[in-house]
Amino acid sequence: MMLGRIHRIYRLGVKELYSVKSDPVLVFLLIWAFTFMIYQVAENAKMEVIDASVAVIDEDRSELSRRIADSFLKPYFKPAVIISADRVDTVLDTGEFIFVVDIPPKFEADVLTGQMPEVQVNVDATAMSIAGNGASYISNIITQEVRSFLDQTELIDALPLNLVVRAKFNPNLNSSWFMAVMQIVNNITLLAMILTGAALIREREHGTIEHLLVMPVRSADIMIAKIWANGLIIIVAAAISLLVIVEGALQVPILGSKGLFIGGAVFYLFSITSLGIFLATLAGSMPQFGLLTILIYIIMNLLSGSTTPLESMPYWLQQTMQFSPSTHYVSFSQAVLYRGAGVEIVWPELLAMFGIGCAFFLLALWRFRKAIVRFS
Amino acid sequence: MKELIDHVAVVTSVNHKYGDRAALDDVSLEIPSGCMAGLIGPDGVGKSTLLALVAGVRKVQKGMVETLGGDMQKWSHRRDCLTRIAYMPQGLGKNLYPTLSIQENLEFFGRLFGLNRRQRRQRIADLLAATGLSSFAGRPAGKLSGGMKQKLGLCCALIHEPDLLILDEPTTGVDPLSRRQFWELIGRMRKRRPQMSVIVATAYMEEADQFDWLAALDDGQIIATGSPFELKLQTGAETLEQAFINLLPDCKKQERTEVIVPPRKSDDGEIAIAAIGLTKCYGDFVAVDHVSFEIERGEIFGFLGSNGCGKTTTMKMLTGLQPATEGESKLFGKTLNARDMQTRRRVGYMSQSFSLYEELSVYQNLELHAHIFQIPNRQIRDRLQSLLERFELDEVRDSKPTSLPIGVRQRLQLAVALLHRPEILILDEPTSGVDPIARDGFWRHLIELSRKDGVTIFISTHFMNEAERCDRISLMHAGKVLAVGTPSDLIREKEAASLDDAFVSFLEQDIAAIEEPEAVRDIVKEAAPKSSTTKERIFELRRMLAYTIRETKELLRDPIRLIFAIIGPIILMITFGYGISFDVEDLPYAVLDQDQTLESRKLLENFSGSRYFTEHDPISNAKELEFRLRSGELKFAIEIPPGFGQNLLAGRSPEVGILLDGAMPFRAETARGYVQGVISQYLNALSLQRRGVPLQISPAVIETRFLYNQAFKSTYAITPGVIMLLCILIPSMMTAVGIVREKEMGSITNFYATPVTQVEFLLGKQLPYVLLAYINFISLFLLIMFLFDVPMKGSFFALAVGALLYVWTTTGFGMLVSAFVKSQIAAIFATSIVAMVLTMNFSGFLTPVSTLGGGARFMGLFFPAPYFQQISVGTITKALDFPDLWSNHVSLALFALVFFFVAALLVRKQEK
Repeated sequence: MMLGRIHRIYRLGVKELYSVKSDPVLVFLLIWAFTFMIYQVAENAKMEVIDASVAVIDEDRSELSRRIADSFLKPYFKPAVIISADRVDTVLDTGEFIFVVDIPPKFEADVLTGQMPEVQVNVDATAMSIAGNGASYISNIITQEVRSFLDQTELIDALPLNLVVRAKFNPNLNSSWFMAVMQIVNNITLLAMILTGAALIREREHGTIEHLLVMPVRSADIMIAKIWANGLIIIVAAAISLLVIVEGALQVPILGSKGLFIGGAVFYLFSITSLGIFLATLAGSMPQFGLLTILIYIIMNLLSGSTTPLESMPYWLQQTMQFSPSTHYVSFSQAVLYRGAGVEIVWPELLAMFGIGCAFFLLALWRFRKAIVRFS
Repeated sequence: MKELIDHVAVVTSVNHKYGDRAALDDVSLEIPSGCMAGLIGPDGVGKSTLLALVAGVRKVQKGMVETLGGDMQKWSHRRDCLTRIAYMPQGLGKNLYPTLSIQENLEFFGRLFGLNRRQRRQRIADLLAATGLSSFAGRPAGKLSGGMKQKLGLCCALIHEPDLLILDEPTTGVDPLSRRQFWELIGRMRKRRPQMSVIVATAYMEEADQFDWLAALDDGQIIATGSPFELKLQTGAETLEQAFINLLPDCKKQERTEVIVPPRKSDDGEIAIAAIGLTKCYGDFVAVDHVSFEIERGEIFGFLGSNGCGKTTTMKMLTGLQPATEGESKLFGKTLNARDMQTRRRVGYMSQSFSLYEELSVYQNLELHAHIFQIPNRQIRDRLQSLLERFELDEVRDSKPTSLPIGVRQRLQLAVALLHRPEILILDEPTSGVDPIARDGFWRHLIELSRKDGVTIFISTHFMNEAERCDRISLMHAGKVLAVGTPSDLIREKEAASLDDAFVSFLEQDIAAIEEPEAVRDIVKEAAPKSSTTKERIFELRRMLAYTIRETKELLRDPIRLIFAIIGPIILMITFGYGISFDVEDLPYAVLDQDQTLESRKLLENFSGSRYFTEHDPISNAKELEFRLRSGELKFAIEIPPGFGQNLLAGRSPEVGILLDGAMPFRAETARGYVQGVISQYLNALSLQRRGVPLQISPAVIETRFLYNQAFKSTYAITPGVIMLLCILIPSMMTAVGIVREKEMGSITNFYATPVTQVEFLLGKQLPYVLLAYINFISLFLLIMFLFDVPMKGSFFALAVGALLYVWTTTGFGMLVSAFVKSQIAAIFATSIVAMVLTMNFSGFLTPVSTLGGGARFMGLFFPAPYFQQISVGTITKALDFPDLWSNHVSLALFALVFFFVAALLVRKQEK
């Protein structure tokens, strides 16, 4: 009996796979999202100071000012561009440059005579992600240039204390590591939710689900079939993306266990696909579903900790976000992939995802028959 | 006026293919004007295709189609004559809008044909009176019975007083009374406008018998033309049905023998199905009103009644699909329990619409159901093979159901329903839309099942000849069973000539009892003959408004969507305003102090006193340090080596180690900056204390000015970006399903068949969403001004204009996606992925555009979001005005235009 049921669920799931296969646009979008898009985002959308644009106003035109202008190096900065003083406002207003360094006249002379001249660094503070950190890099760079110009490097040795800062897990603080994996997580969230939920609504709109319900099939069987089949598609895509794009093309060294990451993805997909089905039982039509999903997704994505740190949010919001499986999965993937954490560390996250998944599953099950009777 | 002389449409050597399948094969036909012309023939022979070609709804592939004296392949002629043609597609109310009332549906069609308010009012009143729909004018089309839907469809078709009326199976699935009324109505309309030509495709031969002229089709070819009388004479047949069969090639004729129902052996009289006072209410509306009947094992029980009278709901209650509000149903004496899997195995059900998987082949569908019913693997092949043979599906076993004619699909559905050898079959209108020959074949199967296998069959139908084959029938109307009995008993009871008449008289009696029928006015008013073709304008405001008004009304009727669309962005803005923050505070850290001297404690005091850090319990060894960083509990750890104090005092520059968690680079960078700041403060203090002077680190002063956002608060920088984000995601999602949904639902036909142009269609559909998105913009703007206290520094006017252009663009983006994709799922998928990824990453929301490289910069440039980001951030935080930003406004306007015109190119005015 049980075996028969499992067989039935397997068969119903295989049917889901055929459904996806029959929509070429959908297949194309899936592939595109997990390959090209991940690559582009990881390579280009940086949250750390990389390729920051700097302009220099050189009113001194001295050896030292030239040295300073040439000292902004890759990978942190793009080569500095010399602009005229009257363009400061324009370039900052249009966002053409984020940093403008203003070196005053007689700067070199003043430095040599020990008069402590003032260099002004103008920062476009609307570029929150790099304004603060970039400004402190720039001031370090200028300080170092001036010092080495004065041949004062021995001053550093004279410091009474030697501060050694090391970043573990990602020594160069390279954010493409971070962005790549977070983009995979975001893709999993969006695609799993839409794929599963929309598949249910389409079956409802085409009357096929009703037909299933007069056969010896339980609502739970239909749901589990949708969950495993759509989950499988996403997990395969995510695994390939991790191995081929993230490890292969992007050369991100993955510290932790990939098996554990994929294992965690199973838990996560269970909760997300259940959520997708639940949302589909709430929505009466495809347009409603689309709108509902995008609203939920934006919140789950932006506030999961994959974009800005969770600790920066107000306490009440942090607590609320604990109900979102994405929050747990983001911290799970960071722990596993970057910090090489094992099950002994991440089990609470796994448990949370499973618990949330069960809650969504039960809610969906409770609504399932009702929704089909009501909306079809 | 040449075309008025003899032929309303001339078709010359037309070929039409769907994929590999030829629907029309070198067809030439001249359809006379000023009369009722009919197309008859089985399903899938090309009747609908031919009508669609004549109506100009479908693109001509090969050959020539001339309608109303002009070539339909000529764009200008087609455009000009669309106002003179009315086209009613197959399917009940397929081109109507279910949430709109009768009146509103008519208003929509009136506007599409450019009628002004006075004309609309007069014609709608006329048509409603003529069809008897006046008293239901406010009822939504979705809640009408099938007959009423078709009457409304006819009104919509006639509102512009066409010269050519094209009806594709208008009475399929409509009860006899409504069917009669429908043809009477057409008759009256023709009397009123005698010059109007009518072309009808029908499956009812008795209807076709009344037409002036007929063309019989088979296998994509014309097999005969002429008046019904001529056809009968030519073939020597008595009835038209027989005449048609005689016309068929010999090989097909042989299949045809009279369906004979052998008498049922009187069984033990066991009751297979019993309905006891079944009632179903939807709110106030009673769909099924205390329905009771009993069906014996092996009996064929027919269920007759108009559409929407409660037949389907009753059947669904008997299968357990719908819970009954009151009453109970029993199968084999056992009260039905929807959760009981055993009962489900004994029942086979076939729903009214096709409900098998279109993405699976015929064989795969059968196989799936075999597995669902857990038929042992070794039996599956044989059983499926015998079903394929029995229902003549072997030839199409690998085809997808969508490519098959309705008749074949219904056979497949029946095969699926029989797969598990059920004892009860519940069939909801299994033969609607199936041609007479296929129907007879279908019935032979049913009779065999009943008489040979003792299967109880409960079937609903509109065909009287089918009803006559049933052992007993019940007549249902408005939720009530009017009569139950054998067909002959019922005819006798009403002293009627036929079952059809008996049915009509039962209905009339019942209608007379409950609702006084409105006296249908016969308006035989001579309408002025329309002048010949007038030139149609490319853009007509009224036609565009037709779509705008309709779309707005549909939106207002869908409060869930409306509320989500208005409240959703507000909630998101509040959440993000607080939630998205780059302000790193309270970083958790811990100390591994291997020195434990006064000096080390002094250094650490600087950390514990800072508001940026939160100290956790100290670490005792290197292993613990590793573990706690790994677990994510700590964002950094401070390691002080043994002998730190001594070395410091001795000036030996001891090392202090900081270990950062680099998993989130942004946080790590910020933490590093903070740590360096704390250490240099400490060093300064140390130097002051020792040498009396602050530590001189730099020979120059570096003054950093944070412009636009001196407080360096994330809110100021983030919220303008959130406006940008939400004003693309929500509006594009709203419009993304717009066009593709019309394609899936079938109402796109109205766009094909009426003179509305692409520009009017797209613009009309877009307008309400532009307005809605602008409401979003205003509410978001007010929110950041008053809730988040973000000061507005620049020009509000520049922002307001920019926002208008932006929402125009973003709604246009949704329309573009919608015009491009084939399914609603793909539309939602594409919109969310493209909009989300591009906006979040490449539009300057979180990462500045100027730092983007390569492909990302390129992608950003070809997307509207970064331009509005400039305007939004520029006006709100950077104090900018038009002179600084105009190029962004221009770019947005260009995007709006490009999206619009690409969408217009993708939306075709004809079906392929």
